[in-house]
Amino acid sequence: MKKIISTFLALVIVFTSCCVVLADEVTTIEFWTWRPEDVTFYDEMIARFEEANPDVKVNQTAINNTEYFTVLAAAMANNAGPDVMQMKCYGQLQTYIDSNYLAPLEEYIPELADFSENARRGAASNVDGVLYGVPAWSQAMLCYYNKSIYEELGLSVPDTWDAFINNLAKCKEANYDALANGTKEGWCVEFLFGGSCLGFTGANDFYDKVVKGETTFEDPAFVTAVEKMGSLTEYMPKIYEGVAYTDMQSSFANEIAAHFIGGTYEYANFLNLNPDINLGVFAVPNIDGEPGYVATYSDMNFSMNSSTKNEDASIKFLKFLASKEFGQAAVEKLANVSIVPGVDAGSVPFIAEILELLKNSCPYIFAVGFRYEQPTGSSLFQSAGQSYMVGEITAEELCKKVQEGIATYYEPFQK
Amino acid sequence: MRIQKTKKQQKYFWIAFFITPGLLMVFVFILLPLFMSMFNSMFDWNNYNRLGFIGLNNFKTLFTGYYYSERFFNAIQNNLKWFVMTMLIQNVFGLYFGYMLSRRINGSEVFKRIFFIPVLFSITAVGFLWGLYLKPNGLINSFLALINAEHLQRAWLGDGKIATYTIILVNIWRWTGFPTLVFMSSVDALPIENIEAAYIDGANELNIFFKIVLPLIVPAITTITVLTIIGSLNVFEQVYVMAGVDGQPNYSTDTICTLFYRTAFGTYDSSSPVIGVGSAMSVIIYLLTFFFSITSISWLQKKEVEI
Repeated sequence: MKKIISTFLALVIVFTSCCVVLADEVTTIEFWTWRPEDVTFYDEMIARFEEANPDVKVNQTAINNTEYFTVLAAAMANNAGPDVMQMKCYGQLQTYIDSNYLAPLEEYIPELADFSENARRGAASNVDGVLYGVPAWSQAMLCYYNKSIYEELGLSVPDTWDAFINNLAKCKEANYDALANGTKEGWCVEFLFGGSCLGFTGANDFYDKVVKGETTFEDPAFVTAVEKMGSLTEYMPKIYEGVAYTDMQSSFANEIAAHFIGGTYEYANFLNLNPDINLGVFAVPNIDGEPGYVATYSDMNFSMNSSTKNEDASIKFLKFLASKEFGQAAVEKLANVSIVPGVDAGSVPFIAEILELLKNSCPYIFAVGFRYEQPTGSSLFQSAGQSYMVGEITAEELCKKVQEGIATYYEPFQK
Repeated sequence: MRIQKTKKQQKYFWIAFFITPGLLMVFVFILLPLFMSMFNSMFDWNNYNRLGFIGLNNFKTLFTGYYYSERFFNAIQNNLKWFVMTMLIQNVFGLYFGYMLSRRINGSEVFKRIFFIPVLFSITAVGFLWGLYLKPNGLINSFLALINAEHLQRAWLGDGKIATYTIILVNIWRWTGFPTLVFMSSVDALPIENIEAAYIDGANELNIFFKIVLPLIVPAITTITVLTIIGSLNVFEQVYVMAGVDGQPNYSTDTICTLFYRTAFGTYDSSSPVIGVGSAMSVIIYLLTFFFSITSISWLQKKEVEI
C-alpha cells in the first residue's frame, strides 16, 4: 500500500512540475484597445497570432474611447499599464512619449523602415523623429452620398463647388436633408471643414507654409475656406446647431439625408445601421478645374509600454500587428485604410475608391500639425467654429481666434 | 483606581475602534487627495512627468493666462447660474410643495411619491432620456409643432444661449422632490400649538407661513442651502451626460468640474492633460466649496429662532 501511495505521490509531483515548466514557457501579455466595437476582430487576430506563437498568450481589454486615455494614463502612472496598447498619433502620442511611457520600436521592428513617410510621421516623436508606434491605419475626411437619392433626382457626382451646392439644393427641394451634418459637438465642425473646404486654403501648399510660419490662419485663402463652410448651413438639417454626431449618422444611414461629410471610419457603421444603403464617396471639389482634396491623417498606432516585463512577447505581437496578414484582415473585416506596406487594400471596392481619392490628399490640418500644445488648434477651431456656424462671430474673427491661440506657444507664429 | 483606569482605557479603545474606519476614509478619500492636489499644483509638469517647483505659477496661469482664465471664469459663471436657479426655482418650489404637503391637501400622499420618484432615477438615465426629448426632432419640439408653436422650437442643448438653463431645468425636475421632503418633514415637526394659536388669533395662511413657519424651519433652509452650494460647485454628471466633457456647445455649459476634468485628464479628440493647472483648479474648487459652505452656515445660523 505504502508503495502505491509513494508512487502516486511521485507521479503527482512529476506531473505538477511538468505543468509548472510548461506554464512558465507561456508568457501572457496585456493588450488594451479603445474599440469595444472591434473585440471580435481582435479576438480572431489574437487566435491567429497565438496559433503561430504558442509561447505567447494575449489578453485583450477594450475600454470605451471616452475613458480610454484617462484609464490608460492612470495605469501607466502607477506602473500597471498594458504591455501593448492602441495609441493615438501626433500630439496625443507625444504626450506619452514625453512622459517616457512608450518604448522606441525601430531597433526591435526593422519592418517599420518600409512604412511610408506619412505613416511614420504619425508614429514619430516630433522631438527626434524616433518611432514609438506601429502605424495601423489612416483616415480620410470626405463626402458620402446616397447613390439611390442621386439616381432618383438625376444627379451626378459634382466636379465643381457650384455643382456640389446645386446638388445640395436639389436634394433640399426634394425634401431630403441635403447634408446630415450638425454642429452640436465641436469636433463635428472640425471634420465638416476638413472634409469639405480644405482645398480652398491651398491644401498642401497652405499646410507647408502655415507649419513653417510663412503664413497664418488669417490668410485670405483660409478665411475664404471658412466662409465656404459657413455657406453650407443653408443645406444642413433644421435646427442644425442641436444635431449631434449620432443624429447625423442615423439620419444618413436611414436615408433621411443625402450627404454626410465625415471620415472613412463611418463606412462600416453605416452598413451596420442599414445594410441596404447604396452609398458612394467623393472629394468635395473646391477650386474650379482642380480635383477635390480629401484630408487625411494617421489614426492609430500600436505601442509598447517602456516598462513592460514581457518585452520579447510584446515585440512578437507588435511584429504581427505590423504584418501584411494583420493589415489585410483590417482592410477586409474593418474596412480600414491600412497603411501596412504591401497590403492589397484595393481588394475591398470601398477601400479601392478611397485609395483613388487619396491620390489627391492633404493633411487634416489641426490634427496633424497643431495638437502638440495647449490650447490645441483643434480645440480653438472647434469652439470658434461652433460660434461662427450660428452667426455669433465672423469668419475673420474665427481665424483670428485660432491664430492668436496657437501663437501663444507656437514659435513660428511668434516671429 | 486601577479598575477605573482599565475601564477608561477600554472606553477609549472602543471609541478608537469605531471612529478609525471613518477617519481613515476621510483621510484617504478627502484629505490625501486635497494635499496631493495642493502639492501637484505647485510643480511644473511635462504631461505626466513632474518637473521643478514653481510655487503659485499654476494658479497665476489659471487666473490670468490666455485661454485658461477665459475658460475658468466662463465656468464659474455657469456654476453661479446653477446656484441661483436651483435656489430660486428648485428650493422655492420645494418649500412650496413641502408646505402644501404638510397641510395634508387632497392627494398629498400621491403627490409626495410623484415628487420624490425622479430623485431615485439614475442621473445617467435622466440625462440620456431628456437628451432624447430635447433633440431638434425630439419630444419637446414635436409637441411644440403639434400645438402650432413651431416658432418656439429651439436647439435646447445646441444653442449656447439656453443650453445651460435647459440642463439646469432638467436637474431641477429631478431634484425638486428632495427639498420638498426635507421641508415637509421640517414643517411636520413644528409644534402644532403655535400654529393653532395663530389661527385662533386670526392669522391668515400667508401670515402663518411667513411669520411662524419660515423662521422656525431655518435649520432646514440652512441644510438645503449648504447642499445647494456644494451641489452647484460640484456639478459634473448632468453636464457630462447631456453636453459632454467639453461643455458643448462652445463651452457654454462648462462648469468648473468639467473644466477641471478636461484640463487634468485631457480629452479624446482635442487636448492633452495639464496636471499642474488641473490640480490648481481642484484646490480652488475645494476652497470655494469650503468658504461658501461655512459662510452660509454661519449667516443662516444667526437667523435661527428657538421655540
